Amino acid sequence: MKKFFVGLLIAGVLAGCSSTPTKEQEGAAVEDRKPSVEAPVAKPADSGVVSQPLGTSTVTADPLKDPANILSKRSIYFDYDSNLVKDEFKPTVAAHAKYLGQNRNKQVRIEGNADERGSSEYNLALGQRRAEAVKQMMQLLGASAGQIESVSFGKEKPRAPGHDEAAWAENRRADIRYQGE
Amino acid sequence: MKSMASINLMTMKSGNLIKLFNAVFLFALFAVPGASHAALTIEIVGAGANQIPVAIAPFRAEDGLAQKLTPVIAADLARSGLFRMVDAGGMVPVPYEPEQVDFPQWRARGAEAVAIGSVTLQSDGRYDIRFRLMDVVKQTQLAGFVYYAPAAQLRLTAHKIADAIYEKMTGDAGVFATRITYVVKKGTRYELQVADADGYGAQTVLASNEPIISPAWAPDGARLAYVSFEGRKPVVYVQSLTTGNRQAVANFRGSNSAPAWSPDGKRLAVTLTKDGGSQLYLIDADGGGAPTRLTHSSAIDTEANFSPDGQWIIFTSDRGGGPQIYRMPASGGQPQRYTFEGNYNVSPHFSPDGKSFTFMQRSGNRFHIAVQDFATRQVQILTDGGIDESPSFAPNSRMILYATKVRGRGILAAVSSDGRVKQRFTEDAGDVREPSWGPLVNK
Repeated sequence: MKKFFVGLLIAGVLAGCSSTPTKEQEGAAVEDRKPSVEAPVAKPADSGVVSQPLGTSTVTADPLKDPANILSKRSIYFDYDSNLVKDEFKPTVAAHAKYLGQNRNKQVRIEGNADERGSSEYNLALGQRRAEAVKQMMQLLGASAGQIESVSFGKEKPRAPGHDEAAWAENRRADIRYQGE
Repeated sequence: MKSMASINLMTMKSGNLIKLFNAVFLFALFAVPGASHAALTIEIVGAGANQIPVAIAPFRAEDGLAQKLTPVIAADLARSGLFRMVDAGGMVPVPYEPEQVDFPQWRARGAEAVAIGSVTLQSDGRYDIRFRLMDVVKQTQLAGFVYYAPAAQLRLTAHKIADAIYEKMTGDAGVFATRITYVVKKGTRYELQVADADGYGAQTVLASNEPIISPAWAPDGARLAYVSFEGRKPVVYVQSLTTGNRQAVANFRGSNSAPAWSPDGKRLAVTLTKDGGSQLYLIDADGGGAPTRLTHSSAIDTEANFSPDGQWIIFTSDRGGGPQIYRMPASGGQPQRYTFEGNYNVSPHFSPDGKSFTFMQRSGNRFHIAVQDFATRQVQILTDGGIDESPSFAPNSRMILYATKVRGRGILAAVSSDGRVKQRFTEDAGDVREPSWGPLVNK
């Protein structure tokens, strides 16, 4: 995996200084993370000279953290009194499910939340339902149950501290957190 | 009266899960908190229908004590809303013995009863505290007790005297010598605290950077169950108040919450999500053994609460659409629905006398505390704060403690079961929530 990321870096750096068809390679890197992607990495334009990336961190190449990658999206928002995963969030869930399917050693915890109205314990259960809905969808789309634990924070850890509809909407949410984060 | 035993020293232990950014600290309770101001102040904003006029005459030799008794007794009785305190000053001589009581004078002041007493230091360093409650009209003794206590237990003795007076005059057990627990949130810090029922002497038994909810008193008053999020998921713990030791008793896959003690103190009903949805299970209070599943629905079943005789469990379920309150046999079985007003009724708690239950009801956008009588099925709304939650009964079934918000800040409040007496508890700093009233404990 590490070799691939380094390869991706070099490809990225070279994109700025050569006319090799790097677009294809970048496209391939996002959709297909199999090691064989290493093969189409372009050779340096000047043989014998290897360009070094300046100040770039390998962390940005982690698809889970890459802002350009859908996998960096971790939050699914819900309507009031609902645990239905809306259409706009299905691609996010699907992407994580696929990633998990391809990386069987990865574990996630899905943390469900509810807005502040109502009892702590019933809201804990509502948040759990939301987490569970995301988990179920992931299982249908490639992840295995053993990779996912669904838990709830109920109304105890609101991200938005306000007491209006905007805050409540922000807090009706399930977050995907990978083990080690 | 038995003498008050002194309990062991505070022990401080680190939690089992110490994470780099989330140290959890556990504490045992001091038997008596160090001399400190009340962290919770209680004001009364309503009164009972017919207040009983009583006078508490100064006790002999209490003036020299670090902790005077009669101000505590009078404050307890006044705070209950059921008594009107009659001026006890200016009596010459101050009566300490029955033969010194000037009944016509007390009658002229409007008192129905007067408490007199004395404090005497013994050779072993403890105090002999004795009091008598005198019927002003009949000119007879209504009650009299002797207590032997060290200096550190003088305040508790005052509470017990107030209990004795309350019981004699109202017929109900007094709850002045009980304790309450609640969670204080200060910024990102959460503290589970235990205080006397008058708010005095609050002590922290658990401090954490992650939320703590649902504290529940064991029937013996010596342990608390609660839910902690220190592991970044809800886990149920049982902690000893005397040693500070604790154990995670429900830490299954998914969320673990809503602990409720069986009356024999041996088991907990809990809400677990290990099999998919939020369902009720029974576990051993020491965490051993496998859970027994009590409910089998595809809905949310949570917030279990045992009846005082251990035969029933009431709980919240949304199997009918919105959350409502149901009752089933404590061993599981067909639940029966009890709430039919509105589409949101949650957080049920039995009254200790078993005759009713209190709960939280939503009406429009407002949440209030209500009580439903089992026999008549009648519902009475008791509060109108708008954001009232977490109701629990005092052990004499006469008061309900709950959480509310005033100007955005969480505070505790109490209301009498007939709705007449209202109390408000304010805390020095932080949001207070998740209260629970402790049991009657005979010492």
